[in-house]
This record gives sequence, structure tokens and C-alpha cells, in this order.
Amino acid sequence: MQFIKPDININFVGKRKIAFTLSLAMILISITSLLVHKGPKYGIDFAGGTLIQVKFDAPVKLADIKSGLATVNLGKSSVQGFGEHSDYEYLIRTDRSVMTEQGFSLEVQKALASSTGQGVDIRRVEMVGPQVGKDLREKALFAMFYALLFIAIYISGRFELKWMLSGVMAGVLMSAVYLLSIFNVSVPYLIAAALVVTLFLFWFLELKYAMGAIVALIHDVTITVGIFSLFGKEFTLPIIAALLTIIGYSLNDTIIVFDRIRENLRKHHKDPLKTIINRSVNETLSRTILTSMTTLAVVVTLFVMGGGIIHDFAFAMMIGVIIGTYSSIYVASPILLAWKVRGKK
Amino acid sequence: MNNLSWRALAVFAVIIIAIIYVLPTIKPTWWPHKKINLGLDLQGGMHLVLEVDTDKALEGTIERISQEIRDLCRKEHVRYIALDRVEGNRISIKLQGQNNIDGFDKLLDKDFQGLRILSRLTDGDVLTLTLDLPDKEADQIKKMATDQALETIRNRIDQFGVSEPDIRHQGEKRILIQLPGIKDTKRAKDLIGRTALLEFKMLDETHDLNAALKGDIPPGSEVLYGTKEDPATRRIIKTPYLIKKRTLLTGAHLTDAKVQIDSQYNEPYVSIDFDKKGGRDFARITEANVKKRLAIVLDDKVYSAPVIQEKITGGKARITGNFTTEEARDLAIALRAGALPAPVLILEERTVGPSLGTDSIRKGLMSMCVGGLLVVLFMIVYYRGSGLIADFALILNVILIAGGLAAFQATLTLPGIAGIILTIGMAVDANVLIFERIREEMRIGKTPRAAVDAGYNRATLTILDANVTTLIAALVLFQFGTGPVKGFAVTLSLGVIASLFTALILTRIIFDFYLIKRKVKTLSI
Repeated sequence: MQFIKPDININFVGKRKIAFTLSLAMILISITSLLVHKGPKYGIDFAGGTLIQVKFDAPVKLADIKSGLATVNLGKSSVQGFGEHSDYEYLIRTDRSVMTEQGFSLEVQKALASSTGQGVDIRRVEMVGPQVGKDLREKALFAMFYALLFIAIYISGRFELKWMLSGVMAGVLMSAVYLLSIFNVSVPYLIAAALVVTLFLFWFLELKYAMGAIVALIHDVTITVGIFSLFGKEFTLPIIAALLTIIGYSLNDTIIVFDRIRENLRKHHKDPLKTIINRSVNETLSRTILTSMTTLAVVVTLFVMGGGIIHDFAFAMMIGVIIGTYSSIYVASPILLAWKVRGKK
Repeated sequence: MNNLSWRALAVFAVIIIAIIYVLPTIKPTWWPHKKINLGLDLQGGMHLVLEVDTDKALEGTIERISQEIRDLCRKEHVRYIALDRVEGNRISIKLQGQNNIDGFDKLLDKDFQGLRILSRLTDGDVLTLTLDLPDKEADQIKKMATDQALETIRNRIDQFGVSEPDIRHQGEKRILIQLPGIKDTKRAKDLIGRTALLEFKMLDETHDLNAALKGDIPPGSEVLYGTKEDPATRRIIKTPYLIKKRTLLTGAHLTDAKVQIDSQYNEPYVSIDFDKKGGRDFARITEANVKKRLAIVLDDKVYSAPVIQEKITGGKARITGNFTTEEARDLAIALRAGALPAPVLILEERTVGPSLGTDSIRKGLMSMCVGGLLVVLFMIVYYRGSGLIADFALILNVILIAGGLAAFQATLTLPGIAGIILTIGMAVDANVLIFERIREEMRIGKTPRAAVDAGYNRATLTILDANVTTLIAALVLFQFGTGPVKGFAVTLSLGVIASLFTALILTRIIFDFYLIKRKVKTLSI
């Protein structure tokens, strides 16, 4: 069986202007959404606060839950359904974080039982203090940044044999970021600045493959984050795990196309780069589509059947797999081309 | 034996080892007794991050030193106008008259060489001194406080009886505690979080309690409260006491604490035994204060304040206070394990009930089976015979991950299960790459055997490159992550390594076996 004919020759590279416009539009929408919502919507892992997951024996009214909560000293709280409807499960959240001591969950359980008249099971309580939330936020940003840098070293080394150059560059960047972070520079701005400097250095040092891969990755992560923000979903620790996995996955695709480009460059060194890139993308297209399909199949299974806790993680992975596949075809490879055009002028 | 047989043997050995490691998870009595650990999110339990208030530990040390200086001054007949702890960790002293100043200097040089003199101001015949501890010493005390808190908490949890607790440092002054399978989280938190500083202090009976309550607190005394629940109305009654600040004896000198039942009221109480020095001190204190009231203070709460009837020898005391048996038991544990050197604050708490954990396991395994089945079917439909080989590799992959989890004693979490599911989707990638390459090679007219050779040779480097980057992301995640996320990083890394092994080595052997040994001429791909 075959989905993609072996002699397929879609002109991907020719449509790169349309693709760039589309990507740019998606990135702009993402950034706008983030700006409108005043940054990502942090879950309690990053914002601090308390989360309680409760399960009732039978259906209850939301209003009864709220009136029950009003009798406990909860501060500002929100209630929403969780998981499947037939589970009668709810998530209660507050932004207060230092009150789980002294039998707090027992109190909530009693209050809810008397207000709804149903048996209540407190299934999960999570409390994160504001300081821990801030620490985790910074750690997550550093993790993303370091992952990108390490990957950049690897790609530059493997594809252009510039191990030393990229290694030294990454080393300098890392120590600069580390030093600045000691002096209490705001971490989000620091990482953003470091990324810009990194991209500039890639351009300047002509680390093309690394540049293509990293731009594609930033593209993927930005759009995934943007879609999360558009849907009003929360950022938690597992979502960061999903983002890092997306980085790994999208890169997987990108590297396979790059590998083919390198191979074809050797085989057909007389052809223009544009043709070679397009041929490489077409030759690997069958594999790209197949792997994306199997991965998407398991991620969708997880999304549908994995239960409430893993739901958002699977959602992030779904977006990531789709965007990652798109970016390795339309973003990463054409960037190599942008270089050659500039070089010839 | 030829090359192929050797390779087959090696692969067979790896698979057998993996299966041996998986078996104890199904039947725990089997060798090598290494079950796959389930994370707190799967088996239920409590995750706590505590911060030790190390500044308080330093303040406590400074307070103790101030007390020592006061005692020595009294002994050496040095009179001071004021001697107080100020700004948390400094001692300020005011002295008048050359005699006192000389006497104090002598005392300071002899017994308190470790103290740093911050300022020394002379105004006429009045000397004002400010002292503190050198930075190095202060840091040492703070570090010790965290270490000691961790040890104390470990002791308490051990005595409380939790199977396989995990207690460790996190950063400079934080302590991470994982208690799997614990049900009564409130009790556990009360036990871990209480300072359990037991102090014996005298009641200040020369001053008026009511005046003190209105704000006129005499120097050297403080108002502390005792709480009691009225069993009839279930209301909590707070009783104020005016108590001298000076601590006569602490729980540091006790050797044992146990729960006993009062035969008269049938109420549990905690009886404590002092060590030799504690017993002697207790006898001396009670002898000197007969007919006065001695307060038993625990974490700044007054438990009782009985009148001393006579000198108490034998080094025993009892703490009463309307305990339930459980409360008394936990208090005894806390006292036996010793006081925390400083108060602790709960920064992060995650509790998962056992029913949710069971649900998560069920849903996770269910998604794994369905997702796996989808991929397996797809591969057979798309690649037929070769797809079957890839499916065999996929199943072995999951076994290898499970074996790896057990062998390295890693923890399986819910995101970890997601990681395995993801690996199932991505692991076929390597096989897809190879199969697509083989198809390409066959299209240009190569024989199956040559096509398989070329396919593997060309795809190997690509597969390595692509997987190394996923491994990099997973390793960074492992460094950054806590608990469940770390579990994800572990399964993802294991998955990448396992799929490299199955795709590059295992399936190759199967192809070679058919094409070389069986001399099969057509390839079902």
C-alpha cells in the first residue's frame, strides 16, 4: 500500500512565500493573543495557588458547590467540571496557597457534602506557594533555552562539522545568561534577549542548518503556546514537558529532511539548491506523512481516552505534531535557501 | 557460528534480561525482586516541599548566647543596663561604670571569643556594644539547621510508619518529602510540620495578667495561650498565661516519650523521661520553686501549668492536655525525634487519593493498548510482511522500556505512561524510514537482499541523528523536571534507546534471517 506516489513532485519551495505569510500570520496571532491575555495563563504550578479535585457520588448543581465553598474560607475561587460528565468530577481553584494545613481538605469535604447532599471524595489536592511557582517558571524557561542551545550545537557539529565554533558560542551564551541571572535580571526578558542574540550569531557565523532548525522550533513553540492562549488553556509542568517533546519531535522531522538535502547535494551538486531542497522534501514526504500519522493516532487516543489529567498534555502534543510536520516542510528547509540567495548577491 | 547467529544470540540475551526484570512487577516474589515503582500520581500519596526558616535558627542561637551572657554576668557580678537581641540576630548591650565595663570585657574575651564586635560606642561612662556572629559561622548554623531538620523529619516519619518514604534536600534550605500511599494526610502534615520545641518555664506570678493582656507586659515575661476544647459544646477555649521568657529546661534533654493512659480520668497523656543532666536540672528547678507554677510549653502553646508540690526527682514528667490517643502518639513521636531547629513552612503540597491513581493507571493502560493496536494494524496494512516485523519490534520495545524502568528502579508516572504511548507512535518512525528506503532501492531495480542492505546502511545515520536530538530534549527535561515530569523524561529516553535497538539491530536480524538463511527471494513490503 502507498499513499504517496514515488514520483511525486510537489513544488513546496515555490510556494514558500505563501507558507511564510501563513506562518507569520499564525505567529502574529499567537503573540497578539498572548499580549491581549497579558502573558500565558499559568496553572497553579507556575502561578501558585490551590487546586482541589472532587468527585461526587451523583450529579450535583454547580451553584450548590459554590454555596458550599462559600462557607469555607477559600478566598476567590472558581469551579469547573473536569473529565467526563458521567464522572461528576469538578476542579476547584483558588489563588491562595498557604492554607492546606490543619485539616483543610476535610473541611472542604464536609462543607460540600452538606451543601450538595451527596457523598464527596477529595481525589487530589495541589498547593503551590508563590515562591515555588516563580522558581518553576524560571526553571522551565531555562530548560527550553538550554534544550535549544544543545540541539544547535549538535546540528552544527553533525551537519557542518562546526563542533568547536558552535560549542564555544553556546558556552559563551550559557555563561552570559548564567551570570546575568545571578544579578536578578528578569528571566523572561533575559531568555528572549538570549534567543535573539543566538539567532543573530547563527546568521553571522553562517551556521545555516542550526539556524533553520532553531527558527522552525521557535516557530512551533510560539504557535503552540499561542493556540493554548487562544483556547484559554493553562500552562502547567506537563505542558512544558509536551513543549520540549514537540521540540524533539519537530527536529526529528527537520533533521531527516536536512539529511536528505545533504545527501542530494553530494549526488547532484550541479543542480540549483532550490531544486535539491524541493526534491529532498518530496523524497522524504512519504515518511514524514506516515510517521506524523502514527504519532497523531496515539496522541489522539491519549486525548480521547487518557482522562482529565493528561488531556491538555495530549492537546499540546496534537498541535505540536501538526505544526512540527508543517514547519519541517515549509519553514526549516526554505531558510537554507534564503542564505544562498543572499550569498550570491 | 557465523556473524548472524552471534548477533541473534546477543539480541536474544537482551530480550530475556528485559523479561526477567519485568516479571517481578507481575509477581513480586520472583527474582530479582525489582518492581516498577509507581509515582505518587499513580499510587496515591503526598508530595511536600518544606522550607526551613533558617533565619529563625540563627535567631534562636543568638537568643541562647544572650541568655548565656546574662547568666555569666549574674555569676561574675557584672551589671548591665540592657542586654537584648535586636534586629533578629544581633546582641545589644549597655553598661555603665568602669567596673562593669572591665568585668564585661574580661568575660567577653574569656568565654565568647567567637562573637564579632560590630560597634563599640562610649558616651561618658556608658558603653554601648553591638555583637553578632561572623558570616561564616552564621551560614554554618543555617546549613546545619536544614540538615538537622531533615534528619529530625526522617526520624519522625520512620516512627510514624510510612513504607518507602523519600526525603531529600532540594536546594539550600528546602526539603522534599514524598510519602507514597499515605491516607491521613492531615496527621502526617501535623507531625512533620510541628517544631515540637518543648520548654519548661515559670509562670510570672508577681505581675498582673490582666494588665499584661491590656498591653503592659513586664520585661522578661510574655503572654502565651493554652487551648482546650470543651467536650460538651465543642468550642475551643483559649486561656492566657503570663510566663517568664527564661527557658529553664528544654526537650533536648529527654531520652524517651511515650503514651500512657491516666487511670483516674481514662485520658491519654505523654510521659517523658529526662537524661541524667535533664533529671538533675529538673530536680533543682522544682526544688527552688516549690508552691510556684511551672508551665509546660510546646511550640509556644501552654499545655499545662501545675503548681509544684515538692522537689521532683527521678527525671520524669508528664504532658497532659485533652489528647486523643492519636494526638498523644504523634506528640510522643515528635518529642522522641527531637525538636526542629527552626520552624518549617509548607511551600508545595500535592496529594493524590488512591482512587484517582487507580483510575489514572486504568485510563493510561487503556490508551496505550488502543493506541498501540492502531499503530500495529496500520503497519500491517501498509507494509504487510515487513509491517509484521516492525510490530514485533514495537512490542519488544514496550517490554524493553518496562524492563529498563524496573532495572534502573525508575519511577513510572502518569506522564511517564504518556511517554510510553508517544514512543509507540514515534518508534515505528525508524522502521518507516528504513522501509521507505528499501522501497526506493527496490524501485531502482535492486534485489531484495541488496535493497535491505542499502536501506539499513543509508537510514542508520539519519535515524541516529534524529533520535539524538529527542534524547537531548529528554535529558534537559530530566534535569529540570520534578516528580511526574521526570518520569516522562525517563520513559521518553528509555523509549528512544529501545527503539534504536529494535529498529537498527533486531529487525535487521529478522530480515537477514529470511533473506540469507531462508534465501527468500521476494520481499513483502
